Amino acid sequence: MTKYALALDDIHVHRDRGPVLHHVTLSLAPGEVLALLGANGSGKSTLLQAALGIVPLAHGSVHLLGQPLGRHVPWEQVGYVPQRHAATSGVPTSASEVVATGLLAGGRWRLPHRARHRVAAALADVGLSDHARTPVATLSGGQQQRVLLARALVGNPTLCLLDEPATGLDTEAQELVVRTLIQRRDAGMAAIVVLHELGHFSPLITRAAIVRHGEVELSEGDPPTLPHHTHPGVPHHTHPTDDAVPHLSLGSVSGV
Amino acid sequence: MFSDPLMMRAVLAAVMVGGTAPVVGTFLVQRRLALLGDGIGHVALTGVALGWLIGTAFGVVPSDALAVPGAVVAALGGAVAIEAVRGRGTRASSDIALALLFYGGIATGAVLIKAAGGTSANLVAYLFGSVATVSWSDVVVTAVLAGLVLVSAGLLGRVLFAVSDDEDHARASGLPVRFLSTVVAAMAALTVTTAMRVVGLLLVSALMIVPVAIAQLMARSFAQTVGIASTLGVAVSVVGLGVTYYVDLPPGATIVVFAVGTYALVAGLRPVVRRLRGGRRVQEYAGEHGEE
Repeated sequence: MTKYALALDDIHVHRDRGPVLHHVTLSLAPGEVLALLGANGSGKSTLLQAALGIVPLAHGSVHLLGQPLGRHVPWEQVGYVPQRHAATSGVPTSASEVVATGLLAGGRWRLPHRARHRVAAALADVGLSDHARTPVATLSGGQQQRVLLARALVGNPTLCLLDEPATGLDTEAQELVVRTLIQRRDAGMAAIVVLHELGHFSPLITRAAIVRHGEVELSEGDPPTLPHHTHPGVPHHTHPTDDAVPHLSLGSVSGV
Repeated sequence: MFSDPLMMRAVLAAVMVGGTAPVVGTFLVQRRLALLGDGIGHVALTGVALGWLIGTAFGVVPSDALAVPGAVVAALGGAVAIEAVRGRGTRASSDIALALLFYGGIATGAVLIKAAGGTSANLVAYLFGSVATVSWSDVVVTAVLAGLVLVSAGLLGRVLFAVSDDEDHARASGLPVRFLSTVVAAMAALTVTTAMRVVGLLLVSALMIVPVAIAQLMARSFAQTVGIASTLGVAVSVVGLGVTYYVDLPPGATIVVFAVGTYALVAGLRPVVRRLRGGRRVQEYAGEHGEE
């Protein structure tokens, strides 16, 4: 298990209206970035939430960085970008305050050494150096999205799950974000990125899968075979584990 | 007025409560639980009454000596119960469960106080405060409880902020969300019992929330909100209390009226201040760029 950054084994998730995910089995090696595509309501966001323990599993198991979901996971190495910020109204909160919460995890309840410096660096990485002290609620949607990205990256995660990180970003901001993420990937970060279309993100992606009616259909090929892929120059990813392990396996198509 | 020892004690208690309550209130507002303190206050009345009953049964003098410990226990129990209810079930059913808890709490409290030999005046003192009659031991209890709340806020402020700001993200960071939510509720419970003597159980929540509402109009960060709200809490408590030294008005209610009045004033002045600031910025801009 330890060689995977993330391993989902036959997970099922139920919500009020019935099953949302079934028979989802997939694994992610270090340095691998999986694009998760699919229609609205197909279960993409739920998959990320289930992998992180935000929504309970009805069946199956999740291993994060080699540990079963729970207190033994090295949470400080896990990053998460939700679809949108939960609280943009309410008490005024500065961008750097939100980003700093990304440094708290598991049993670490107080800011670590040099937190201020790390928060500033994370904001610079997403092009928001000038907005460290700006209240998040007064930022534009795209800027808020980048604050959430900075919060996910500030702890230098080895596994990052991103739910539509491109929402509200203009072309320039998307390119900046993709460059930042590619640097992290090349340093060994594994990631799942939920996307509507690959677009500017295709240079980042090493594999892709489609979620359809709560089941994951992986693309056995490389990203160039996927719809919307517009980046023929992407090298066929070359990380060492590539041939050794199956990254993704599709569960049996049942339960529908 | 400070030469009067009675007033001296009242001011001390008001300063401690006024400074502490908005700190906890900021977390509650952030979590959209502005009325949690109100609910805990209702439940605390049952604790006051039980303390009183037990005191009477064992012949403790004065008979209400156990009222504050009773309130602490009931408020903490209520806070934990509220968090447990919120954590389970659908929103609609937990809404009803909370209503039952709150009204059950205040009604039971009112019935039991009478049964324990209390008068309507006693009941009013708990519901609306009786800061003019605080003893030195009350001041000490207030100091200990307020200190406990402030130390918790100081030590756990960051992580409590993280949980209050984005519960899902906190869960995805492996933080014990349920436990930390209960800590916030427990801090609210201690604040309620601390503030009980000053503004009374029915107005406790006002002292936690209204200064935060005012601070929100001015602050640009969470830390600033806490600082401004706490300062305002002290200010309205001292001013409200000062007024009642010269004019015969109920202190707790006067403090809250001052707080709400300040909110109205600040909210009313805000557009004017913004326009002035905006005008100044335009001038600065013109000054900086006109000379080039």
